[in-house]
Amino acid sequence: MGLTGISLVLFLIVHAGINACVFADLVDPEENGAMFNKAAHFMGSTVLIRITEIGLFAGIILHIVQGLLLTAENKKRRTVGYAVAYTAGSKWYSRSMGLLGTLILLFLILHLYHFWASARFTGRGLEPVTYNGVEMHNMFGLMKATFSEWWVVIVYALGCISLYYHLAHGFQSAFKTLGVHNKRYNAMLSSLGYGFSAVITIVFILMPLSFVMGWVG
Amino acid sequence: MEHYNMNLTVKVWRQKNSRAQGNFESYSVKNISSEMSFLEMIDVLNEELIVEGKEPIAFDHDCREGICGQCSMYINGKPHGPWQANTTCQLHMRAFKDGDTIVVEPWRSAAFPVIKDLMVDRSAFDRIVQAGGFVSVNTGNAVDGNSIPINKDAADASFAAAMCIGCGACVAACKNSSAMLFLSAKVAHLALLPQGDPERKTRVMNMVAQMDKEGFGACTNTGACEATCPKEISISNIARLNHEYLRAGLTAEK
Repeated sequence: MGLTGISLVLFLIVHAGINACVFADLVDPEENGAMFNKAAHFMGSTVLIRITEIGLFAGIILHIVQGLLLTAENKKRRTVGYAVAYTAGSKWYSRSMGLLGTLILLFLILHLYHFWASARFTGRGLEPVTYNGVEMHNMFGLMKATFSEWWVVIVYALGCISLYYHLAHGFQSAFKTLGVHNKRYNAMLSSLGYGFSAVITIVFILMPLSFVMGWVG
Repeated sequence: MEHYNMNLTVKVWRQKNSRAQGNFESYSVKNISSEMSFLEMIDVLNEELIVEGKEPIAFDHDCREGICGQCSMYINGKPHGPWQANTTCQLHMRAFKDGDTIVVEPWRSAAFPVIKDLMVDRSAFDRIVQAGGFVSVNTGNAVDGNSIPINKDAADASFAAAMCIGCGACVAACKNSSAMLFLSAKVAHLALLPQGDPERKTRVMNMVAQMDKEGFGACTNTGACEATCPKEISISNIARLNHEYLRAGLTAEK
């Protein structure tokens, strides 16, 4: 759980970094998503990254399978429940990782349909765009079209908020599972975990919000 | 603190034996002194039940000094009741006020089957300790304890872990019924000392294997165990246990 979780955390850093290229539009109005489209083209056309993508999917699937098995096994350990639940000793999101993970998965299915499936297979809503003689997908245009509807933006925001709480517990828990028990490092990892969760969530929510509000695009 | 008497409603889990279906019974207890311990309040209730010709409530208790780990009641949604760093026997009735309803349940875990009413079978803990929670010592003249140098910080951390009284509140509090806080305290207190070092790897492997066999759940680091532990065993022991386990798994000879 911890190892696959940390590998997915690494993916989130790359994902947020590449996607933040859409904000290049804010400093250069002529940009029109060129930096982002080129970055997306690089990610989609580089063999090494495509191989890493297989690892990423394996990581996600393994994380889901581990999570399902863990939740199912742990549920069996208390056959008769309490009349009064003990909730004061732990955070609600620490107890709800399965639920939060399921919400993220539902969001992920929609998200993969919107962008990944379109770029890889269906080409749904994709226009070609040419930079320096190289033709590539106009992913920026697809983002603009996708995030023109408020309901999509709200679903994405809810997905990202689920991700925040999932990470708020998962980030620090992963390191404990791996055996980090140095008090200073644990304190550091705890702050880093909350900080990382907040930054990732804010960056991701800002993207659909920026399109729907017309700040970029 | 001012003394007062109170009338209470106590809702207790009653279960004839491990196979029977249990249910809650409500009892009203009158004129309970705020100076009484929680177990004394149950004693008073039991006296009344005996006079009425009813079966008294079965519960575990021994020292009533907060050190033996026998008392094991889940009171109003928290193992050992509302106070922090406290056992049921050291919970006093001044924690409650007149007219309160108190719900008392046994520890709930598939690994701790109910024997009767509020008594659960915690022998799973004994078997975990038997699997490795000891040091093997040769017979012969006793070695002077002070002749073995021990780092003060390690001795303190070891002693803090050794405070565990094995009551099982960590399992009762955990949403996964995980025994990791208990096990980590037992592993840490020996792993930190030179006396525990020779059996360090086999100990952690054997004890974890026994814990899994007993049917406890897996730890998800929620922190409920640490929050309810009467001896304030730190959850950092669990990370230490994970480290010990990983180290042993990677480097054990067999």
